[in-house]
Amino acid sequence: MAEVLVVVEAAGDAVKKVTLEMLTMARGLGEPCAVVLGGPGAAAPLTAKLGEFGAEKIYVAESDEIAGHLVAPKASVLAKLVKETGPAAVLIASTQEGKEIAGRLAVKLENGVLTDVVSLDADGTATQVVFAGSTIVKSTVKGDLPIVTVRPNSLTPAPQAGAAAVSNVDVAVEDKDKLATVVNRVAEAKGARPELTEASIVVSGGRGVGSAENFKLVEELADLLGAAVGASRAATDSGFYPHAFQVGQTGKTVSPQLYIALGISGAIQHRAGMQTSKTIVAVNKDTEAPIFELADFGVVGDLFQVVPQAAEEIRKRK
Amino acid sequence: MKIVVLVKQVPDSGAERNLRPDDNTVDRSSANNVINEMDEYAIEEALRLQEAHGGEVTILTMGPERASESIRKALSMGPDGAVHVLDNALSGTDALGTSRVLAAALQRINPDVVLCGAESTDAGGQVLPHMLAERLGIAALTGARKLTVEGSQLTIERQTEEGYEVVTAATPAVVSVWDTINEPRYPSFKGIMAAKKKPVETLSLADLGVSAEQVGWTGALTGVASHSKRPPRSAGQKVADSGEGGVQLVEFLTNEKFV
Ligand SMILES: Cc1cc2nc3c(=O)[nH]c(=O)nc-3n(C[C@H](O)[C@H](O)[C@H](O)COP(=O)(O)OP(=O)(O)OC[C@H]3O[C@@H](n4cnc5c(N)ncnc54)[C@H](O)[C@@H]3O)c2cc1C
Repeated sequence: MAEVLVVVEAAGDAVKKVTLEMLTMARGLGEPCAVVLGGPGAAAPLTAKLGEFGAEKIYVAESDEIAGHLVAPKASVLAKLVKETGPAAVLIASTQEGKEIAGRLAVKLENGVLTDVVSLDADGTATQVVFAGSTIVKSTVKGDLPIVTVRPNSLTPAPQAGAAAVSNVDVAVEDKDKLATVVNRVAEAKGARPELTEASIVVSGGRGVGSAENFKLVEELADLLGAAVGASRAATDSGFYPHAFQVGQTGKTVSPQLYIALGISGAIQHRAGMQTSKTIVAVNKDTEAPIFELADFGVVGDLFQVVPQAAEEIRKRK
Repeated sequence: MKIVVLVKQVPDSGAERNLRPDDNTVDRSSANNVINEMDEYAIEEALRLQEAHGGEVTILTMGPERASESIRKALSMGPDGAVHVLDNALSGTDALGTSRVLAAALQRINPDVVLCGAESTDAGGQVLPHMLAERLGIAALTGARKLTVEGSQLTIERQTEEGYEVVTAATPAVVSVWDTINEPRYPSFKGIMAAKKKPVETLSLADLGVSAEQVGWTGALTGVASHSKRPPRSAGQKVADSGEGGVQLVEFLTNEKFV
């Protein structure tokens, strides 16, 4: 059976959920093989988890040069690996970096690339959701090698034991891949909350929340539900919450099990980032707010009444 | 400093957008076509670089005849001129083909800095800046929320999931920007009038030495097999808060097993 290369995304020592989703998706096309591209020691903490989700092989490419330069070395190592292994498909996470690697890989291999894929058939046909979640597209790559980037929260990862045999890949980074140097990485506090695109519950606040101070209400509800916090553009533009948490057309696309919109009107550009969520709940004082058109449950009311009461009620039930 | 800004015309993301039933391409006839929002931030950043370091700002667009409206709009913000790659054979071109054409045009212009939006609102692929850098063999500094220039050294703050990375490269380089980088200016009346007279060079594939087989439908290495509208979500239960709204909300969450 042909290998399916899955490029591992991790946050420090933890395998990201999207990687487990890709390992699950890969089984439909061939033998899932994980590829770790990172600095020295990047793979060791990840291998056990990758094996639990079906990785038969784990290709490990580690070097300071991979970590120290933007994307280009990763794409080169991956291209070489594709040539050597002749995989049935290459799956990469649909994140900023993932898409960038995919773009370079496509040029190197003169091969088509499909981004934001939510499912992949055994014959390589990919399903993409486009135009603010309004349109479903079935696409294919000409030739034998689908290079696809997979949108987080597209499927539920299922454990399956894999051999997880580590195979070291030698890394020789050429000068042309060292043009962009990462001189510093700065973490900005987001606390212990799950990552926005991977969270199974997201609680978002909009202009209706009114101030940065009031966002504590949103955070409180989120923490009680083990959720990530999101924000509308009106909220990030007004400085209520950092831009990194913006949901929508020009922010993150989320597809959680539950999305709670607090004081968000539901503009088309906001819906673009959340309308494939499984269940949507909205609190808005305007009964005409468009968000109610897609909410499975809506409360027409003042969020400053409704949210604290809901938080209190959850505490009671716990 | 010679700066090129890539500008794409896209259907307005605030209105309903469709794919055409006949050839699965973006329906641009029914849509209100606008400059891709993120590209306006790239234009603004280019103008700021020009104000600080001198040089020339050129808009580069690949697109049909109609894209010339967006070119004029871009020019009204202040750039010096534009290049429009226009060729009937380009219809159906995918991202890989687009990068081939734009790379050829960039080779001809030979800029120090190529600025562009981090993604487009229609395709949202985020693949193009790195495709261009790969083809041209130059650096890519992507996802910038801040750009500084010292001599020929460019440094960006790149937005990441965890925070940001400081990334640096020498020119020539491709720099893609998010909307956090600046606040684009509005075209002034004078700017709008001046834009009408600014030079726009139109180039065909032949001018760029790209063969028609490498682009368009023939050259595309991806294809759309079919498309359909997602069934619209239907509104569920809506309750008016009469003092119990929060409890009712939690009731719903409990029934759905979220609590
Ligand atoms: C190209 C482009 C890209 C964009 N990208 C994005 C994007 O990525 N993400 C995004 O979110 N937007 C985006 N927008 C902006 C979008 O069009 C809307 O302006 C924005 O989503 C509005 O945010 P909001 O719902 O928080 O604010 P508003 O539309 O002002 O809505 C606030 C809501 O809060 C309610 N409210 C007020 N007070 C209370 C209260 N006390 N209790 C309960 N409810 C209350 C009001 O009834 C209202 O419905 C984009 C726009 C453009 C043109």
